[in-house]
Order: sequence, then structure tokens, then C-alpha cells
Amino acid sequence: MTPIELTQPPARLELDKISVGYNGNLALRDLSVQIPHGGQVAVVGPNGAGKSTLFKALVGLLPLRSGRIFIHGEPLGHHNDCVAYVPQREDVDWRFPVSVAEVVMMGRFARLGWVRRPERQDHAAVIQSLEQMNIAGLANRPIGDLSGGQQQRVFLARALAQEPHILLMDEPFTGVDAGTQEATLSLLDRLKKDGVTVMVSTHDLNMAARRFETVLLLNRELVAYGPAETAFSPESIQRAFGGQVLFLNGVAAIVDDCCPGGEEHTHHRETP
Amino acid sequence: MNLLLDPLAYVFIQRGLAASVIVGIICAVIGSYVVLRGMAFMGDALAHAILPGVAIAYLMGANLTVGALVAAVIVALLIGLFTRQGTIREDTAIGILFAAALSLGVALISSIRTSAVDLTHILFGNILGVSSTDLWMVAILGLVVLAVIIGLYRPFLVVSFDPTLAATLRWPGEFFRILLLVLLALTVVISLQTVGIGLVAAMLVTPAATAYLLTRRLAHMMTLAAGLGAISSIIGLYISYYASIASGAAIVLVATGFFLLAFLFAPGRGLFWKR
Repeated sequence: MTPIELTQPPARLELDKISVGYNGNLALRDLSVQIPHGGQVAVVGPNGAGKSTLFKALVGLLPLRSGRIFIHGEPLGHHNDCVAYVPQREDVDWRFPVSVAEVVMMGRFARLGWVRRPERQDHAAVIQSLEQMNIAGLANRPIGDLSGGQQQRVFLARALAQEPHILLMDEPFTGVDAGTQEATLSLLDRLKKDGVTVMVSTHDLNMAARRFETVLLLNRELVAYGPAETAFSPESIQRAFGGQVLFLNGVAAIVDDCCPGGEEHTHHRETP
Repeated sequence: MNLLLDPLAYVFIQRGLAASVIVGIICAVIGSYVVLRGMAFMGDALAHAILPGVAIAYLMGANLTVGALVAAVIVALLIGLFTRQGTIREDTAIGILFAAALSLGVALISSIRTSAVDLTHILFGNILGVSSTDLWMVAILGLVVLAVIIGLYRPFLVVSFDPTLAATLRWPGEFFRILLLVLLALTVVISLQTVGIGLVAAMLVTPAATAYLLTRRLAHMMTLAAGLGAISSIIGLYISYYASIASGAAIVLVATGFFLLAFLFAPGRGLFWKR
């Protein structure tokens, strides 16, 4: 991927005491966080902690009740082409009649606007993004025919084609095969080199601790923010996950019900 | 050959045929969004909401189509407004407005002593009564709807498939949702002439659903649906001529026949398709 031209000052993302809610209930209260240019943050918390709400507020899909969001030091909405969002797979209508290449081309719409025809550079960006995610052979397939992992890669390819400064991924490690998880992680490494700021929501504490330099522990408000070693203290995990956490001989086991299929999963992690 | 040409000797049949082909095409194209966005109930409700507009126009001595147009656009905007903040679920809002408008229409029509407004023509269309003014109206409104759907293909695609992307792009999703409702209202009004308010929903949904079973791209789906809508209208009108049955019903039954064929035999998806 060609390095992103930073015509803007560094992509610093700053949340200043934001509160977001639906119909009278606050899903997220008084959250203040600063993410440096090129930072990669895992957003961790139980089901209903406000992870998706946070992302939806960041793309402008949910209005802020109070507080402010700054991107590159400018208020949210000032830039219209630098935030890309990879939705949760359940949020996409997979029966919609579009092909893989058409979905990835949507990543170019910020540049093309409502009517302008794609130019050679747009087609090139689509092909390159498909190749990077190893799905160039699927370009003309309808999205409904793909496996879960392939579907995920389509939306990652679309995000790449957007050439974002800030990338938000909602639960990209849930319900996909190991190959797609690896592809996602190596994409994160490459984005790091390109200086793209990334936020990834996950309920997998292990993944967050192993692969991310910074974690944001959330439960309707900020619980902890920092390197995993300090942010994942037993107290913080207790505060974030509440009754869902069990401590057995210094090992925190979290019983959550946010995985598809309703089965209970446990995530084990040695507490420091 | 004469079997096909004979009916065309009459001007009123030529006009009826032209109007129903245009209606078949427009309904099918916008119907593709109706099917994909799950708006079938909305289409039906808009159709019934036209009734009070027609009745008021008649009482005021105004053009009935204009009355229908005003009523349909008002109801489309009201449904958009009621569901804007998510306070009421969309199907509830539609249910309320649809029943209210229909009741108002029936009340007004029952107050008209003379039977000059023929309720069955409004309910089931009157293809053979299409005047040349009506045909012009159908053609012009149809072209407007088609031009907007084709010209704004990309925003309608994004808003329907991925509203979150529309939000990140800062495209006005709410504006396009309401614009689609208004276009749907215009479509329903031009369908009034051919299939009537009782059967508009079928023309919106059936050809588009058939095309959905046969293609996997939105643009192809719209094109195929338009072809199916036009052919169903032509075949239906001939059947209506020779079998002396109501033309709107004949058109809808032909479209339904195509749907059943696709449902049973569509490659890859049909009930009887064997790989």
C-alpha cells in the first residue's frame, strides 16, 4: 500500500468528556481519552459496555450528548474522508445484491462523491486492497456467497481502499477463522508502519494484551487506559466485568455471553 | 399475428398499453429498493393514503391525479417525520397513518351522493380510460422518478446497503430516505391509472422479487425487474382484452406467474434447482 499522504498534522484523536446515549439512557458517560498519531488501541469491555456506541459516535452516527471529539485538532465532522469503519459482521445485510469489488469500491466514494465515475487510480486502489487481503480471486463474487472470514476481509479491503487516517474495527476477531485473524493482525502491523491510528473493539483480553500496546477498558465509562500490564489490574477487570469475573488462584476467568451462538466462553489470563 | 395487432387498432388500447408499460418499468425499478429495504408495507400504505386526496380533489373540482399526488407526498413526509427519532417503530407509524388516511378517504367518498367517482376505478385502475393528458402525466412523472433513481444510484445504494458508511461519508442518509419515500409516492400515483391502489404493492414488489432470485447485482436486478414489469404489463393487457377480465388483475397475475417460475426454477436458488 502506498504510504498515506499526511497533508494534515498528525492524526491525533482526542475525546473530551464525551457522553453518548439512546432514548434517555446514557450508554457512555464522560469519556476522555487521547490517542497519539499512529497509536493502536484495543477497546475492551463486557457486552453493552459501549464499545460499538463509542465507534458510532466517532463516525458521527450517534450524536454526542455532551463533550467534544477532535481529529487532527479539528472538531469531528471537519474532515469527511479520514475515518474508516469496519462494521461487525452481524450489522451487514449479506443478502444485498452487491459483488466484492463493488463493496471495496465504496471505499473510494469519499473521493468520488455522489456521481463521479471511478478513475484508473480508484480501480487500482480496489485491486491492490483486494490483493493485500488475499481475496483478489473473489472480486466478482456476490458477498452473500462468501465464508465469514472472507466477508471480514472484504470490509478490511474496503477500509484499506479508503486510505484512512483513523480506522475503527468492531469485533474483527469474533467468529472468524484463524487465518483471517492472522490476516487482520498482519494488516495492523502494516497500518502501524503507515501511521494509521487504529481502534479495535474486542472482548478477548488475551488478544488485547498480547497484540496491542495500549488498551482502553470500558464499562459505560472509562475504567482504565494505558499499557495492558497496568490497565489490566485485577481491580480494573473486576470493575469492568463485574459479576462476570472469577478469580481462581490469581487467574482471572471471565464468563461472558457476548459470543455468537449463546455459548459461554471463558477467557483466561494471568493477572500480574 | 393479427391476434397481437388487432387490439392495437384502438387508440384507447394503445394509450392503455403505453401507460401500463411505463408503470411496469418504474414500479419495478423503485421496487428493487422496496424489496431490499423491506418497504413493501410502506408501498401499500402510500397507495391507500391516496384515497382522501382523490376524494378532496373531486369535491373541489380539481384534477384527481394532482389530489392523489399531494396526498401521497404528505403521507410519505408524515411517515418520515413520525419515524425520524425512532420514537415509534416504522411499521406502527405506517399502520396508523395508512388506516387513518383510508378511513378519511372512505368517509369523504361516502359523503359524495352521486356515484360519479367510481371507487372501483380508483381501487383497481382503469387502463382503458387513460386520456392523453393522463398518459403525458404518467410519462413525465415516470421519467422524473427514473432520472432521480439512476442519477443518485450511488447514494441510494450506500444508504440502503450500509447506513454506517453513509454516516462516515457525511452523506445525508435521512434526506435520501425521505427522498425515496417521495419517489415511491410519485410512483404510486402514476400506478393509480393502471393497476389501482389495491394492486400497486404487487407491481412494486413482485417483478423486483423475481429479479432478486435471478441476479446478484443491484443494477442487473433493476434492469431485469424493469423488463419483467414491462412484459407482465403487455401480456396482462392482451389477456385482459381476449378473456375480458380486469386488466390490473391480469397484469399482476402474469407478474406473479413469473415470480412462481423463478421461485421454483431459479438457478442456484429455486426450489427444484439441482446442482
